[in-house]
Amino acid sequence: MSWIVGVGLTPYGKHPGRSTLDLMSDAAAAALADAALGREDVDGLICGYSTTLPHLMLSTLFAEHFGLRPTYAHAMQLGGATGFAMAMAAHLAIESGAARRLLVVAGENRLTGQSRDVAVQTLAQVGHAVYEVPLGATIPAYYGLVASRYMHEHDTSEADLAELAVLMRAHAATHPGAQFREPITVADVLASKPVASPMKLLDCCPVSDGGAAFVVAREPLGERCVKIRGTGQAHTHQHVSAAASLTEFGAAASVRVALARAGTMLSDIDYAAIYDSFTITLTILLEEIGLAPRGRAGRLAREGYFSRDGRLPLNTHGGLLSYGHCGVGGAMAHLVEAHLQLTRRAGARQAGQPRLALLHGDGGVLSSHLSLVLEAA
Amino acid sequence: MSTGHDLADWTRGEAGIVYQRCGCGAAWYFRRAFCPRCGRLDPQTVQASGRGTVYASSLNHRAPTETLRPYAPYLIVLVDAEEGFRMMAHGDRTLRIGERVQARFVDFGGTLVPYFEKAEKK
Repeated sequence: MSWIVGVGLTPYGKHPGRSTLDLMSDAAAAALADAALGREDVDGLICGYSTTLPHLMLSTLFAEHFGLRPTYAHAMQLGGATGFAMAMAAHLAIESGAARRLLVVAGENRLTGQSRDVAVQTLAQVGHAVYEVPLGATIPAYYGLVASRYMHEHDTSEADLAELAVLMRAHAATHPGAQFREPITVADVLASKPVASPMKLLDCCPVSDGGAAFVVAREPLGERCVKIRGTGQAHTHQHVSAAASLTEFGAAASVRVALARAGTMLSDIDYAAIYDSFTITLTILLEEIGLAPRGRAGRLAREGYFSRDGRLPLNTHGGLLSYGHCGVGGAMAHLVEAHLQLTRRAGARQAGQPRLALLHGDGGVLSSHLSLVLEAA
Repeated sequence: MSTGHDLADWTRGEAGIVYQRCGCGAAWYFRRAFCPRCGRLDPQTVQASGRGTVYASSLNHRAPTETLRPYAPYLIVLVDAEEGFRMMAHGDRTLRIGERVQARFVDFGGTLVPYFEKAEKK
């Protein structure tokens, strides 16, 4: 058993002049303060990666910088799934006895630390270097391919996808740390600049600077504890060309494992934190997991089902689409928000009194799947 | 056993598509020295017909580099080749999912890339 006993999150957006280590430090300090722990109380450290600070040993680089001397440390790389994978690794480290209190931290100046072209090119490398990248394919194009097939097989329109962007923006409007807070409409999304059809600018998450962190402990320390009840993974492919199907990914399998380990059912979930790199990502994940019927995610969003006061509040901080996406920290913001919701500290965004949250993230092109079930103390 | 070096392969700058297959029945696109399904070390490297069916498509408006920007927008497609593997390529902008297609090869920023067009014109 393990507990998330503190969380830290910076605003996402532009942090000019702040480096990866700066943003990681900001988030780590906030998480330790939230847990009421000092640096000396931490014996484990798990980091992700940063495209603006490629390094062979990011965890020890950060440990030295921040002032930690852990007895267990490593970095991880699973694209967008990294944040939840780090939570699972921390959980397993606790269960195995390898560590008692782990700091999990990520940060990156992905927006201001490099040019837009460099960011696009770096991210495109999740594609195949020989068979895909030379075609001028980009991450939005990989997801555009997925979207075209999904819309062909299921009753989903561009307006349905747009509903999820509108919802995330509505949620972000109430979070002072969100990168984009101006309300948008379905018409705005449909009229936004084409990127890679059917994905338009407002179907795509932004590139951001930011940092996120949390502390995982063996005991429920303090008042701000959330239990990690179940974890699951599934890895079905790396490249979109090699995916067995563009409508069935590993999401459902990963969630099944996490729910089984948690000893609970999907119908028990009352808060959802689902990866939303693109509107199509969120649509597919919601529908494959079973949180929405096939072809219905957009309509449910429009009807308020996923709103703060709806049946299943979803990404109440605004998700990647509007809170922002700084790389590994992107999905960690979903976890931080889930923690705030389960500990009833979300303030104006508080969505009732949720007890059981499902978190799901994907990396690559729906390649790596990570699921977590978190429970209020 | 063919090593594939005598076959036309667009990834080596030649006008052709190459795939691999194994005695176990597996067929795949990304070249390797073994069968990813059964592990046998003697996959056959084979010239593909260039015929297939459009599985997915996306019109990319945002090229990743300065060199490729003049080509945008360009259609990226996934094609299910008739030999049983799936590949990414460029395609005619009028292509639709499910359409039968045939490959030719075009220059794309100094690289020869497969470009699919509707098949039926003979």
